[in-house]
Amino acid sequence: MAQVTLRKVVKAYEGGVQAVKGIDLDIADHEFVVLVGPSGCGKSTTLRMIAGLEEISDGEIAIGGKVINDVPPRDRDIAMVFQNYALYPHMTVFDNMAFGLMLRKFPKEEIKRRVDNAARILDITPLLERKPKALSGGQRQRVAMGRAIVRDPKVFLFDEPLSNLDAKLRVQMRTEIKKVHQTVRTTTVYVTHDQVEAMTLADRVVVMNGGIIEQVGSPQELYHNPKTRFVAGFIGSPAMNFIPGRLENGAGALRVHLPNDIVLPVPAERTARYQNLAGREILFGIRPEHLTEAKNLDRPHFAPMTATPEVTEPMGMETLVHFKMAGAEICGRVDPLAPAAPGQPLPMAVDMSNMHILDPQSGRVL
Amino acid sequence: MSSTTATPFVPAEIKHGSLKRERRWALIGAYIALAVFVLFFMIPPFHMLMTSLKSSAEIADLSGNPWIVSAPTLQNYWELLTEGNYLIHFRNSVIVTTCTVVISMIISVMAAFALARMKFWGSATLATGVFLTYLVPETLLFIPMFQIIGSLGLYNNMWAMVLIFPTLTVPFCTWIMIGYFASIPKELDEAALIDGAGHLQMLWKIFIPVALPGILAAMIFAFTVSWAAFIYPIAFLVSSDQMVLTVGIVSDLIRADTFQWGKIMAGALMAALPPLLVYAFLMDYYIAGLTAGATKG
Ligand SMILES: Nc1ncnc2c1ncn2[C@@H]1O[C@H](COP(=O)(O)OP(=O)(O)O)[C@@H](O)[C@H]1O
Ligand SMILES: [Mg+2]
Repeated sequence: MAQVTLRKVVKAYEGGVQAVKGIDLDIADHEFVVLVGPSGCGKSTTLRMIAGLEEISDGEIAIGGKVINDVPPRDRDIAMVFQNYALYPHMTVFDNMAFGLMLRKFPKEEIKRRVDNAARILDITPLLERKPKALSGGQRQRVAMGRAIVRDPKVFLFDEPLSNLDAKLRVQMRTEIKKVHQTVRTTTVYVTHDQVEAMTLADRVVVMNGGIIEQVGSPQELYHNPKTRFVAGFIGSPAMNFIPGRLENGAGALRVHLPNDIVLPVPAERTARYQNLAGREILFGIRPEHLTEAKNLDRPHFAPMTATPEVTEPMGMETLVHFKMAGAEICGRVDPLAPAAPGQPLPMAVDMSNMHILDPQSGRVL
Repeated sequence: MSSTTATPFVPAEIKHGSLKRERRWALIGAYIALAVFVLFFMIPPFHMLMTSLKSSAEIADLSGNPWIVSAPTLQNYWELLTEGNYLIHFRNSVIVTTCTVVISMIISVMAAFALARMKFWGSATLATGVFLTYLVPETLLFIPMFQIIGSLGLYNNMWAMVLIFPTLTVPFCTWIMIGYFASIPKELDEAALIDGAGHLQMLWKIFIPVALPGILAAMIFAFTVSWAAFIYPIAFLVSSDQMVLTVGIVSDLIRADTFQWGKIMAGALMAALPPLLVYAFLMDYYIAGLTAGATKG
C-alpha cells in the first residue's frame, strides 16, 4: 500500500520564487512515474517535498493514504537516490547500505541478509568491503541504489541519478534501474530532464514546465496525443516541427494552408474534428519521422512535397535532413538509402494522419 | 637500418639528456636550500642539547667551546626529574593542555556544525563574529580576564588556565571546522536524514569522521596554543605547584641573576618532546587521511 498523492501542492521559496504552483498528481502502488521537464521547472522541488527535505508551502502530500506534510523524512518510509550519489565517504559499501538499517536498530543477521540480497540484485557483491572512492561512477550509482533497496521503503525517489554518468553507462544503468523496479516493484518517483530517459523508464510520464504539470500520460500517449505545444515539442527527438498556417476549405476538402502556397490535405477521418476551425489561424505540427522520403504516396493520407536539404546528418539507421519549408526550419527523417544531399531537391512525403493542429494563442492541441 | 632513419633520433636523445641534467640541477639546488634551512633551524636545539649535557662548571668555564661537550653528563636531566617541581609542572601542562584540547574540540565542533548547517537567524553574522574574536590580541584581554578569574576565586590556580585557554583556541578551531563542514555536500546530510539519523547522530557518524583531517588540524592548533601559552600563566600563576612548564622553568630555574643554564636547556628540551610526538603521530595520520584513496583512483 503505497500510493503517493499530491493535492494542490505549492512551494514558495523565501524571496518569493514560486517553484511549484499548485500541482495535483496521483501515483498508484507499484507505479514508476517520471517527472520530466526543462531545468528549473520544479521537478527536484516536487521530489524533495515528497521526501520531506523541503517544507510544503501549501496543499497536501499523502503516502499510502496518510498525509505526511508534517512527518520528518526518516518517518516517511522513503528512500532517495541523489545525482551525486551522496555515499558516506568514510564507510565501506556494506556500511553505506547498512547505515539506515543500523539506525533503525535492525538485528545484525537481518541487516546482513538484506545487504547481501541487494548486493546480489545489483551485482556488487565483490565490492562490499570497498570504500566509495575506490568505485567507478556506475558502481557508486549501484551502491546508492542498494542503499535504497535494503530499506524496503514504501517509495523510491530518484533525482537525476544518471546525469553524472557518461552516455554509454547511462543507457546501461537505465536498463538496470528498470530491471530493479521489475524485481522489487516499489512505487518510484524519478526525476530527469532527459525525455528519452523518461520515455524509456516510465509507466507514466509527468511533463512539468514552469512549476505546473503540462500533461500526465503513458509514454505512447504523450508521443501520439500531446495536449500542449510544450509537450509536443518536448517529447520526441529531434523535436516536432511547427509551422504557422491556416485551415481552409478548398476543392471540396479541408486543407492546411502554409506560407509559400504549400497546401496539404487533411485526412478524411480527421475532417470532422477540425471542420469548425476552417478559416482560423493555426499552428501545424509534424514530427520529423512523419516527414520522410517519397513513399506510400498511393495512400490517401500521405501528401507529396519537395524539399531541398541544407544539411544532412547520416545517423546510420536513418538520415536527418534539415531544410526550409514555408519559412520555417524543418527537420525530416529519411531512409539512409534515399538520395539526400545538400542543395539537391528531394521528393518527400508528409504523413498527414500524424499531424497535429494547435491553437497558436493558447498553445493547446486542437 | 639506414642512416637516414637513424639520424632524426640523435637530437631527440640529446634533448632527453639535457632534460635529465636540468632535473638533476634542480634537485641539487633544492637539497642545498633545504640543507641551509635545516641547519639554520637545528642550531638552537643543538646548542640547547650541548648545554644540557654540560655540568655547571663546564658551562661557566669561558675557555671552553660552547658547541662541544668535553665531559657529557646527564646530571641536569637527573636533577630535574628527581628534585624540584619539574615533574609537577609537566603534569600540570599535560592536564591543562588535555582539558583545553578536549573542551575546545567539543565546543568548536558543535558550534561549527550549528553555524555551517543549521540555518538560523543571524548564523552568518555569528560565524564572522566568531572569527573576529580571534583577532583580538590576548595582551588586550588579560586585564579584564584577570578580574573575572579573580572574582571566580581562581587566581593562582592552574584550572583557571583550563577556563582561559579555550577562549584563545575555540574561535580559530570553530573557524577551521566551519570550513570543513561547509565543504561536505548537502546531499550527505539529506541522505543521512532520510536514512533516519538525528542531528547528533549525523554529527557523530557522518560529519566528524568525514571532517577528521580538519578536526586533527584544529586539535594540533589547540594543543600548540595551550602547551606554549606564556602570558596568561605568568600573569595568573604564582606558586610553583600550580605552574605549567613554560612559566615553571623560568621561575624555578632562574633565581635572581642565577641562571641554571644546564637545567633550563634540559627542561626546555624535554618540554618540546610532547609537541614533537603529537606532530609526528597526528601529521602522519592527517596526511594519510587526506590522501587515502587518492592513489586508488
Ligand atoms: N533553495 C532554493 N531557494 C530559492 N529558490 C530555489 C531553491 N531551490 C530551487 N529554487 C528555484 O526553484 C525553481 C525550481 O528548482 P528545481 O526544483 O531545482 O528545478 P529542476 O526542475 O531543475 O529540478 C528554480 O527556479 C530554482 O531557481
Ligand atoms: Mg533538479
